[in-house]
Amino acid sequence: MSSQPVLDVQKLKTYFYLEQELVAKAVDDVSFSVYPGETVAIVGESGSGKSITALSIMQLINKPGRIVEGSIHVKDKNLLNLKPKQMTAIRGNHIGMIFQEPMTALNPVFTIGNQITEMIRKHKKVSKQIAQLKAIELLRIVGIPRPEQIIKEYPHQLSGGMRQRVMIAMAISCEPELIIADEPTTALDVTIQAQILDLLLEMQQRYNMALLLITHDLGVVYEYTDKVIVMYGGQIVEQAPTKQLLSLTKHPYTKGLLSSLPKMDEDVERLGTIQGTVPAAYNFPVGCRFSTRCPFVMEKCKQTNPELLQNDTDHFVRCHLYEEGGESQ
Amino acid sequence: MTMLTKQQEALDEKRSIDEDVLVEVRNVKKYFSIKGGILQKTVGQLKAVDDVSFTIRKGETLGIVGESGSGKSTLGRVLIRLLDSTAGQIIFNQTDITNLRQRQIRPIREDMQMVFQDPFASLNSKMSIEQLIEEPLLVQGKLAKAARKEKVLEVLEKVGLRKDDLQKYPHEFSGGQRQRISIARALVLNPKFVICDEPVSALDVSIQAQVLNLMKDLQGDLGLTYLFIAHDLSVVKHISDRVAVMYLGRFAEIAPKKQLYEKALHPYTQALLSSIPTIDLNVGNAKKEKIKLEGDLPSPANPPSGCTFRTRCPKAHDRCAVDRPELLEIEKDHFVACHLYSEG
Ligand SMILES: Nc1ncnc2c1ncn2[C@@H]1O[C@H](COP(=O)(O)OP(=O)(O)OP(=O)(O)O)[C@@H](O)[C@H]1O
Ligand SMILES: Nc1ncnc2c1ncn2[C@@H]1O[C@H](COP(=O)(O)OP(=O)(O)O)[C@@H](O)[C@H]1O
Ligand code: SF4
Ligand code: SF4
Ligand SMILES: [Mg+2]
Ligand SMILES: [Mg+2]
Repeated sequence: MSSQPVLDVQKLKTYFYLEQELVAKAVDDVSFSVYPGETVAIVGESGSGKSITALSIMQLINKPGRIVEGSIHVKDKNLLNLKPKQMTAIRGNHIGMIFQEPMTALNPVFTIGNQITEMIRKHKKVSKQIAQLKAIELLRIVGIPRPEQIIKEYPHQLSGGMRQRVMIAMAISCEPELIIADEPTTALDVTIQAQILDLLLEMQQRYNMALLLITHDLGVVYEYTDKVIVMYGGQIVEQAPTKQLLSLTKHPYTKGLLSSLPKMDEDVERLGTIQGTVPAAYNFPVGCRFSTRCPFVMEKCKQTNPELLQNDTDHFVRCHLYEEGGESQ
Repeated sequence: MTMLTKQQEALDEKRSIDEDVLVEVRNVKKYFSIKGGILQKTVGQLKAVDDVSFTIRKGETLGIVGESGSGKSTLGRVLIRLLDSTAGQIIFNQTDITNLRQRQIRPIREDMQMVFQDPFASLNSKMSIEQLIEEPLLVQGKLAKAARKEKVLEVLEKVGLRKDDLQKYPHEFSGGQRQRISIARALVLNPKFVICDEPVSALDVSIQAQVLNLMKDLQGDLGLTYLFIAHDLSVVKHISDRVAVMYLGRFAEIAPKKQLYEKALHPYTQALLSSIPTIDLNVGNAKKEKIKLEGDLPSPANPPSGCTFRTRCPKAHDRCAVDRPELLEIEKDHFVACHLYSEG
């Protein structure tokens, strides 16, 4: 794509400084970009660094965590150089965020209407009445029945799916260029998940936004995204257009993930597995971070961590098996 | 003779010859009272499980799927008598256990164990792994110390943990390993029947696969019978022989796995199956037409009249608001509760 990315993350490192001088390298040298109108997935198991990547972009990292290196550009601005007030303007106006558990993102003591109008008035100078009308309109757009009634209700009075619709309404209220959704449907039932993901995609098209969708579900990745970033141990291990990544999978970790999925269209007696467990972020193995679990591990894997290299058109892999002839991203 | 007693007799007869049935559930209900007002008086009833009947054969895995709040866990708890049923009958291994007192049920309980979803909450953090696995044996009080230690080691190995794990505590283990510990605890008394309530829902897929493989191996080795509760239809498909679909406390459909996944009859099952995002890389395959359900699951405290699915059903018609559809056998072993398949 030739146009300018809406989001450009370069060499991002976010570490947590723990007791006894331990350092959790939650995000460790992550670079990627998201272009206008694109839907990009970040997948990986729990603890791989997906949420911390998202929270770093939003500048929502709290102690003992800190962004130690890198840049995050939205248009021409490096978010890491902004003052808190300027960052507030970016959140909402340029980037909207949707969390896994809407209950933690919504304030339980204010009505739905209150929270949406507040959000609108934080970013646009409009009267309460106008903001209220806009809130009703937004709720209608995200498919909430009887919006005039719902704005008077409190978050706990709504179902999980409805709360997630409210979160989407708030995220799109200022028509941002990018929405970051962190596991927006993980807490929801499958029929409601389908409704919410369809709504997100519909909103994306309606407002021509880019969407960064964090998920651990490869089925969701396949059905809803254009490009995938696979994370393991705080790093990107593979990145490619979605169909390509799922059909011409290269990295041993991605292959392992795919083989461990129970299949809907065939019966297998035993599932493929990845032996062992994810290493702790403060205790990654020397060399390749997947080396403690990889069935193809070689001597050099235990010594040097491979770089993320381009292996094919738009296809990047971090693995010594693919190194010859690769060129750096 | 009324229809009902005739049916009952036929059932009784079937049961007496059907020795390979381990669990039989007849018209079981579990209602919770809803309290309200300052006096906390009962103001209504929440029908968590509402008239459910089925059997599980020895060595079989029956999967139960359904959205959250559909009554899966309540059903499991009632079956194992952790909760008293409001109505109905539970027959385990030829014994009616519905009204047994807790003291009488103890020896039978050894044969029925439960594994829970949350491996963090379900293990006492102050006990070592050895103590945790030994505890059920201590409560049972049949084995001497040496025999207990031997038994603990035996199951420890079966679930893929190591001897030097015995002196560790739950917080030193990952979610998948903790689930192995829960399974070891469930198996140490040599049960016949294990109720698994979302045992892999909290786990990552690669760890989920390890635990599912383990559960299948153990079933083969020990001849276990499983009731496997989950909301993930692909997991249930992998592990089950037959699958039941629950909606608002009732069975919508129950059938052998192949039939249920290849030709589901109930509109709810069809919608559930088509809502699952799946990877389909066969270029020849046309993109599947999705059945999208609108709206939320109604509250079980205030279910719709007639067919409880009618508020979301794309095929709902006049009769659905009036009559409650019975669970009928449409094909061999394939039961459906929907007016599209019943006469009248
Ligand atoms: N507040 C914190 N203090 C210390 N370590 C942290 C903190 N937050 C995150 N980490 C560590 O950073 C790593 C990445 O965390 P992150 O939450 O991004 O993972 P994730 O991929 O989003 O996982 P999940 O799917 O479980 O949310 C993990 O190893 C985690 O333990
Ligand atoms: N102890 C209880 N008191 C009142 N309602 C309950 C109780 N336990 C469960 N319920 C209700 O019963 C219904 C079914 O619950 P449950 O079986 O836990 O659902 P599932 O396991 O399918 O998520 C839910 O509406 C739940 O809120
Ligand atoms: S670098 Fe080595 S250990 Fe790492 S994924 Fe590749 S083959 Fe496996
Ligand atoms: S009985 Fe009616 S509402 Fe219920 S599932 Fe069948 S068609 Fe739909
Ligand atoms: Mg996360
Ligand atoms: Mg449950």
